[in-house]
Amino acid sequence: MEKIKKYRTSYLMMLPYLVLFALFTILPVVVSVVLSFTDYDMVQKPVFVGLENYFQIFLNDEYFIVALKNTLVFAIIIGPASYVICFMIAWLINELKPLPRALVTALFYIPTIVGAAGWNVWRLIFSSDQYGLVNGFLMKWGFINEPIGWLTDEAYIMPVLIIVQLWMSMGISFLTFIAGFQNVDKTLYEAGMMDGIKNRFQELWYITIPAMSNQMIFAVVMQIVNCFAVGEVSSVLAGLPSTGYAGETIVTHIMDYGNLRFEFGYACAMAVILVVMMQYSKKFATWLIGKMGH
Amino acid sequence: MKSKIFPKRKKKMGMDNRRSKIGNGFVIFLLLLLGAFMAFPLYYTVIQSLKPSEELFQFPPRLYVLRPTGEHYTELLQLMSNMWVPFSRYLFNTLFVTFAGTIFHVLFAGMAAYPLAKHKFPGRDFLFAVILLGLMFVGQVTFLPTYIIISKLGMLNTYWAYIAPSVGASLGLFLMKQFIEQLPDSLLEAARIDGASEWRTCFKIVFPNIKPAVLTVFIFQFVNIWNGLSKELVYDEQLKVVKVALEQISASNAYARMGSGMAGSVLLMIPPIVIFILMQRNVVETMTCAGLKE
Repeated sequence: MEKIKKYRTSYLMMLPYLVLFALFTILPVVVSVVLSFTDYDMVQKPVFVGLENYFQIFLNDEYFIVALKNTLVFAIIIGPASYVICFMIAWLINELKPLPRALVTALFYIPTIVGAAGWNVWRLIFSSDQYGLVNGFLMKWGFINEPIGWLTDEAYIMPVLIIVQLWMSMGISFLTFIAGFQNVDKTLYEAGMMDGIKNRFQELWYITIPAMSNQMIFAVVMQIVNCFAVGEVSSVLAGLPSTGYAGETIVTHIMDYGNLRFEFGYACAMAVILVVMMQYSKKFATWLIGKMGH
Repeated sequence: MKSKIFPKRKKKMGMDNRRSKIGNGFVIFLLLLLGAFMAFPLYYTVIQSLKPSEELFQFPPRLYVLRPTGEHYTELLQLMSNMWVPFSRYLFNTLFVTFAGTIFHVLFAGMAAYPLAKHKFPGRDFLFAVILLGLMFVGQVTFLPTYIIISKLGMLNTYWAYIAPSVGASLGLFLMKQFIEQLPDSLLEAARIDGASEWRTCFKIVFPNIKPAVLTVFIFQFVNIWNGLSKELVYDEQLKVVKVALEQISASNAYARMGSGMAGSVLLMIPPIVIFILMQRNVVETMTCAGLKE
């Protein structure tokens, strides 16, 4: 108690932030968990239904299974792929001179920050008429005779979303890697030479990766957030819902049940499932990175 | 090419043999390929916004513009000036919300980051662990419960609906806390010996010394708010932001207004890009501290 009193200025300094953090970052998750056990439409009082929502989601909602599968495609394939690509590029450009390095950094980061304004052009590139760029060229070169509905045909929606997601998700992890590489103690490399490190790949594996594991874990967190939260891009490009729910992700499924059908309890249960999945992926990825280079 | 882009290594360090000519060629080829993938959509957005209407609907589509025109930009300005709410109002809303959200976040999160980094108050580790957990509770996942909370707080359809959640986000606090940890304790001790209170130390010593982190958080926050303001939280036309207004324009007649839609995209992309390029150096410096321990 004495101690708490001694530090009252510290608590006071944190108070304004902590109030907002509690209200808008922590409380939403708590509310999700609580409402996930209820039937709630924001008009009537929530009715407790136990695990009913969870049973419905896993046993009775075929489109949730599609959404889960698509989310896992982004999380398991695109997440690691974009992570590795970011890492390799950051590694490659690390030895460039400052100006070209800054240019490449900007190039890879800008698609992340232009947000929805950048998605519009993808609609033109993959537009379903012959004026769309991809259709136009494929038809001109004679690969296809009829324009393909890239964003309306069930078979093509996911591949297109994957390309767009890859384009826009390099951002923060890339920046973190750039910073991480520049931060590695240079004397470690010289020591490594003495210890018989033969090539760049050994150097990367035995020296660089262990030295920047903290940055790598931070980038993992950002990457997990990115790829589990794919949703808006799908709803903007493929529509909500997309043809045959082919582009459905957990986030668009939440939008569907929350924003359109007002089944808040059900939607909150899906949000809880998503948050739990994200936490466990983080645990797993952190464990994996700890294993590297040792 | 090699000598121009890669700085020369000192021979006596024996580093030269780490990298082969073929390796360099491959690296440059790979960078060009990925660079083209990243840059092309941005380039094509600009090109499409400059094409006169007959070139937009031409088969096959061209990757360049024959007769560049500013007509879509003037059309866009005209559409905007004919709207029921004057465009300056949308612009004011956007700037007000973006700057208020950014400044309050930097101020509050900075005030909270200082004790978290430098004071040993009881409960600190627990609090920081919760904030780390919060890194994953992003708006894209918790938008639904956040909507419920905002509506219960009576903030729906006010500027607060935009501002408050962004102030309580945890990425900015995390970055600032990591950066403050790197500040030498002697700097803070010196201020305390001079009789400065903790508040004074925070504002006169800590804030001026974490300028790169503050600017970085400013960019992230600016970009998030600029791109992320949701249209569900605020439905009064008078309170809407530029992004939503431009989306309404191009959505109302997507086909005929393809050109002005692209012009709008270009205009929306400019502020985040300019701000990022101006502050890039600070971002990289901040991200070197962004590591997360296991």
